[in-house]
Amino acid sequence: MRSKGALYRDHGVVLRTYKLGEADRIIVIATEHNGKVRAVAKGVRKTRSKFGSRLEPMSHVALQLYQGRELDIVTQAETVDHFRAIREDLDRYGHAASMLEAVDQMAMEREDNPRLYRMLLGALRSLAADDSPLVVAGFYWKLLAQEGFRPELDVCVGCGEDADLVAFDLHEGGTLCRVCRSGFPLSAGALDLLRRILGGQLAGALAEPRSAATHEVDQLATRAMEHHIERRLKSVGMLDRG
Amino acid sequence: MSVYTGAVQDLIDELGRLPGVGPKSAQRIAFHLLKIPTVDAVRLARAITEAKERVTFCERCFNLAEGTLCGICSDDRREPHVLCVVEESRDIVAVERTREYRGRYHVLQGAISPIEGIGPDQLKVKELLARIDPEGVTEVILCTNPNIEGEATAMYLGRLLSPLGLTVTRIASGLPVGGDLEYADELTLGRALEGRRSFDS
Ligand SMILES: [Zn+2]
Ligand SMILES: [Zn+2]
Repeated sequence: MRSKGALYRDHGVVLRTYKLGEADRIIVIATEHNGKVRAVAKGVRKTRSKFGSRLEPMSHVALQLYQGRELDIVTQAETVDHFRAIREDLDRYGHAASMLEAVDQMAMEREDNPRLYRMLLGALRSLAADDSPLVVAGFYWKLLAQEGFRPELDVCVGCGEDADLVAFDLHEGGTLCRVCRSGFPLSAGALDLLRRILGGQLAGALAEPRSAATHEVDQLATRAMEHHIERRLKSVGMLDRG
Repeated sequence: MSVYTGAVQDLIDELGRLPGVGPKSAQRIAFHLLKIPTVDAVRLARAITEAKERVTFCERCFNLAEGTLCGICSDDRREPHVLCVVEESRDIVAVERTREYRGRYHVLQGAISPIEGIGPDQLKVKELLARIDPEGVTEVILCTNPNIEGEATAMYLGRLLSPLGLTVTRIASGLPVGGDLEYADELTLGRALEGRRSFDS
């Protein structure tokens, strides 16, 4: 553990910000080497702040921070990527917000988690390159798998039968057959997409056009993530076109 | 554990609830208030009570108002067909200071922030749409903050308003006048370059 008063450098993605006082913000960052860090950016809300847009949510930044007792202080910030393609497209921004919210819930303060950081960065880069109906779902399922929740998708978790899998139950941890069914109904198309997402064919799944099956997988991913973090995700679907 | 007696602690607690006032500042302000003459403290208390009683939100634009309409909406010299959409009443003050704008306003009372659960339904968006036809609005200027929430809000409103056949504009973003170029962040400078203007007059 670094001592209070030390300066340190790290890379991070800004997850969210809170207003503080007249012109400051608290910046919550998923860092590469220091886990989730909460730091004060002084004067950042002034139009002439030296930080400008660098510390807004989604920004990938190289930071120098001063370690405080509870809150660190951002002393320098350089942009690595501001993901302009995301922030200037409302649909992509909505998707990115859902990713940031989940990471904010999952990341532990000051607990090193470089894989979480890299997964988020990878998902933002892929979103910046191309939007997809499954971009949030793909990220959630991968994140959950990384955390140890890997649903059974090949057999019924009730009886072991490998055909006629028609339901998915989060509490049971996977798919169920017609006889044992509980949880959410699951179409064959959605099961296929889930298998591809978790079976190393994410890129192919992301290329799928919007359909009832992608919608189903998206909904299920949100339920699974909410089940895991034990709270509702506020941002999911908020900016989707009705 | 609180070291102060009931009334003092209550005052500190109340002050500590104000935006931008931390526990230390709350304590400092409380002790200041206890030291000043009673008439001064009573004047402050009365100002708060009266403002709360008299000031509401304008029925039309949701600016602060004493009465059903705010000062700007009840001023018939203002151009009624142009609306400037802002996040908060205090943004109206900032725009008014420029003396560049003669139209009316619409205050959203916030900005879209998905992660905080603030979506279009939590803002005065429906109310904005309801003004377009009755007031014969022909132009809407999206004057939300140049940060990620303000931009998302502007994009959302642009998507709603553009199909209605109005002129919808977004305030330009660029470099602050009086500053040095080398301190500008990449996004600001990038947009300033894109938004460059021909030099001939
Ligand atoms: Zn079964
Ligand atoms: Zn008004």
